[in-house]
Amino acid sequence: MSDVQIVNAPPGVEGSGFFATSLDKAIGLARSHSLWPLPFATSCCGIEFMATMGSNYDLSRFGAERLSFSPRQADLLMVMGTISKKMAPVLRQVYLQMAEPRWVMAVGACASSGGIFDTYSVLQGIDEIIPVDVYVPGCPPRPEGIIDGFMNIQKLVQTESLRRRDSPEYTKLLAQYGIQ
Amino acid sequence: MGALNNEILLEQLTAKFGELIKTVDQPYGLLTIETNRDAIIDVLTYLKQDAALQFIYLTDITAIQYPELENPIGVIYHLHSLVHNVRIRVKVFLPAGDVRTPTATVLWNGANWMERETYDFFGIDFEGHPNLVRILNVDDMSVFPMRKEYPLEDPNRVDKKDFYFGR
Repeated sequence: MSDVQIVNAPPGVEGSGFFATSLDKAIGLARSHSLWPLPFATSCCGIEFMATMGSNYDLSRFGAERLSFSPRQADLLMVMGTISKKMAPVLRQVYLQMAEPRWVMAVGACASSGGIFDTYSVLQGIDEIIPVDVYVPGCPPRPEGIIDGFMNIQKLVQTESLRRRDSPEYTKLLAQYGIQ
Repeated sequence: MGALNNEILLEQLTAKFGELIKTVDQPYGLLTIETNRDAIIDVLTYLKQDAALQFIYLTDITAIQYPELENPIGVIYHLHSLVHNVRIRVKVFLPAGDVRTPTATVLWNGANWMERETYDFFGIDFEGHPNLVRILNVDDMSVFPMRKEYPLEDPNRVDKKDFYFGR
């Protein structure tokens, strides 16, 4: 027997020669294990991310082997580090260029709330300009923390309805940020 | 070439400009003089172009604010004579309502960005500057953040309200 583990099938109906489940669950399962992250690393949290991608912690185990440096191909925007107000339009542009479905993870205190940089030049959390799905606390968070945040994103992806992105709540959320 | 030191330098400047040069101090051996904005370009030109001095390198332009002084805002020039390895600091203090001084870009092209930065943070109007716009902060910023009348913190921050700390 190989000791390679594969993911469990989603809940469904199983019989001899067939397995039935909903399309949402099957697609969610596939998506959650093939997320392409876009690392937007501006400071020390980015260094922790490098450790997370390295062989010791190995984010590839979660299907995130392939980093996308083009926002057009990315599923998950990982914002790691202090975002200054001058950087804010750039980050927003990157988010706008990502295709739906897209998720955003704010890694570390600075991306989540401005952190120690409570000052005139620093954005006090990226949720002032784009919607955020998961916040990872820490200054910087350890790789375990980043992985935990990533697994929470996976849970979101697995349980999210395919129609959620068309829902009035989601449209309203984006409209709050002046998107679409 | 005779060695240039602070005493000789100050002597030459006083001989040339007289009352326009006021000695402030020599902290850590760095000669610091004060002049006014009508004379500053003449002083800088003399320092740069005099054959015996040759302060050809403009290290930095920056500013400072002492709210309690009569002329609260100072512009500070650091010059370096590479030939003699001697430095000098020149200060010009400006009145609060009239924060303008002539540009040094006529002498050094490198003064361009330094003056933009000083304008960005202290709101000093360098007259004659070719493109005096913000360089580091966002273009739509309406304050000069290093001035003491403006708060340093970001006004959008809500998680530091006294309420959360039981105050």
